[in-house]
Amino acid sequence: MVANKTAERPLTAKPVVSERASSGTGNLALDARDVHVFYGDFEAVKGISLPVHEKEITALIGPSGCGKSTLLRCFNRMNDVVSGVRIEGQILYKGQDIYASQVDPVAVRRRIGMVFQKANPFPKSIYKNVAWGAKINGFKGDMDALVEKSLRQAALWDEVKDKLHQSGLSLSGGQQQRLCIARTLAIEPDVILMDEPASALDPIATSKIEELMLELKENYTIVVVTHNMQQAARVSDRTALLWLGELVEYNDTQTIFTNPSQQKTEDYITGRHG
Amino acid sequence: MIPETNTNFNPRLAARQRLGNIWQGVFLSSTIIALIFLIVLMLNIINSAFGLVVLENSIAPSELSEQPLESLDKAALVDILIDNISRNAGRKLERDQRFFADSLAFEGQDKWDEVCLRDEPPSGCSGAARSTSDVLVLVYERVVEQQVIETYPLWQSLTQGNEIRAQVAEEFPTATVEFWSWLDRNFITSPMSSDASLAGVRTAILGSLWVIVLTIIIAFPIGVGAAIYLQEYATDSVLSRIIQTNIDNLAGVPSILYGMLGLAIFARTLGYFTSGQFLGVGAENGRTIISAALTMSLLILPLIIINAQEALRAVPNSLRNAAYGVGATRWQMIWSHVLPYAMPGILTGTILAVSRAIGETAPLLVVGAATFLTSDPTGLFSKFTVMPIQIFNWTSRPQAEFRNIAAAAILVLLIILLTLNTTAVLLRNRFSSRR
Repeated sequence: MVANKTAERPLTAKPVVSERASSGTGNLALDARDVHVFYGDFEAVKGISLPVHEKEITALIGPSGCGKSTLLRCFNRMNDVVSGVRIEGQILYKGQDIYASQVDPVAVRRRIGMVFQKANPFPKSIYKNVAWGAKINGFKGDMDALVEKSLRQAALWDEVKDKLHQSGLSLSGGQQQRLCIARTLAIEPDVILMDEPASALDPIATSKIEELMLELKENYTIVVVTHNMQQAARVSDRTALLWLGELVEYNDTQTIFTNPSQQKTEDYITGRHG
Repeated sequence: MIPETNTNFNPRLAARQRLGNIWQGVFLSSTIIALIFLIVLMLNIINSAFGLVVLENSIAPSELSEQPLESLDKAALVDILIDNISRNAGRKLERDQRFFADSLAFEGQDKWDEVCLRDEPPSGCSGAARSTSDVLVLVYERVVEQQVIETYPLWQSLTQGNEIRAQVAEEFPTATVEFWSWLDRNFITSPMSSDASLAGVRTAILGSLWVIVLTIIIAFPIGVGAAIYLQEYATDSVLSRIIQTNIDNLAGVPSILYGMLGLAIFARTLGYFTSGQFLGVGAENGRTIISAALTMSLLILPLIIINAQEALRAVPNSLRNAAYGVGATRWQMIWSHVLPYAMPGILTGTILAVSRAIGETAPLLVVGAATFLTSDPTGLFSKFTVMPIQIFNWTSRPQAEFRNIAAAAILVLLIILLTLNTTAVLLRNRFSSRR
């Protein structure tokens, strides 16, 4: 990164979170309050507060290593499974702190699903990929219908309906990622976290994922981490820029991209930073 | 040929390629040398397991009966015994095990009744009668007294067969020359005997199978369980590192030390349990199958743990994340995704460990495997012997023919090993293909 840029605006400056971004019209799906994440002695996330609104797409952007993926993984306690990680602060989900001691992280992940950067279908059939999460969470309805519904929602049904019992790994990269989305949809979560879901895909597969995200936000809250500024501009309703573990600016996407209030934001989105 | 035009570079391509070719040749010759060793080993064993033998009988079977002995019924065989062995020897045989269920062959009825009324009647009073094949063996052992005078290896038998026959006809006019496969059905189904031509490996095969199956039953779940705990549950602490280092080191401990441990703990200290005395049955001491299996389990546990850990480590984290991401508990993640993914690797490691256990001799010698045992193992608390110990015992005998049956036993051991390995590989492939 360009070190001397920090001189323009000290990193310790209060992040600018616009009133519209923090209060908004809808209800909050998630509300991060002063979240710190430590990997051993290294502080990867330095006190970020970030409200996430229901049925919207919130994009987290920023250079590599800025803590955006780490923050995303805090939202469904995926950092718990990494050894040596310590988290401070609160993340409220429906008014409940998901880091409270009586909260089971498994219950959190069942409500807040996750799609990973690299498509990671289970090495099982397409059908089982979708059905497994629902099965272990005690789904009582018609499993075949749920699998079909989830695959349709993920815009994958037409491509796989004749080969539901083939391995999920036999699909192409973009199809695998949509299978992972279908798998997440099958447990009917409230929030879907997406960690650079299209970074390993070609432009056509990427645009399919983006279309899908826009459809899904009718029913789901989505938080997406992306390196791709155009993607953030195209799909998200709100965008947060993170920089070296701190929140630089959080506002609705249009404002961020057309009229940022921070110099660093402008530099980053115009490509003058890394 | 593309000439190098940039003077900053001197690629010396020909030299680099030559060096590469030299190394390729080195690796190829390593493979060939290994292959040659393997082939020589196999040929050597096969060479001893088959070949010509020179046989001499005290009494030719044709003098005993006009028909082949094998076709005679039990009564006729017993008559041959009565005619040819001393009455006292016959009585002794009958007291060990009687010839007919309803009549006596050597003993008078009065004397028999008297003997059987003693405080400790001989086993013949209560046991079942001898079978026809048992009696046939007795006829061969006691009457025909067929003796192997000389044996020849396979290669010599094939290339110099006529010379051997001519020489034998000159030196031993009454002897016959036969081509024998020391590995035959009788060899597999007969128990141990002090006569090489009658000895078999049934006792040892059964002993090996008992020990190895028990070892797998004990060591596989414990080993895989420990590996799962260390790999999936244990956090990285000083204690877990000490445990890990110790397991790694235990895998390299010489096997005889495990034998000492097994003797001290399983056979002696826990002898009351390993002998079966706590159930009121079993052997007089702890030198039993269960002691052997426990010792073998100790021996291969570190191997299984290390291999299983390696297999678990190879499971990509993305798979674990995927399972967590849809709200799985840790155990559901392990059971449904990690274990199936790691199972081929775990099985491969177990195959290697079990193969080692099948061939181990030293620890079982210490724990107390019998070197001469004619009774089959019947349960956890039986005395036992195993294939490698049988082979070891036979190769250390002076008579040449025991080396032939040792070679035959090695072939049997190899076949058992290959069968077990093939089964395990098929099992492993089944797991792999389900991915």
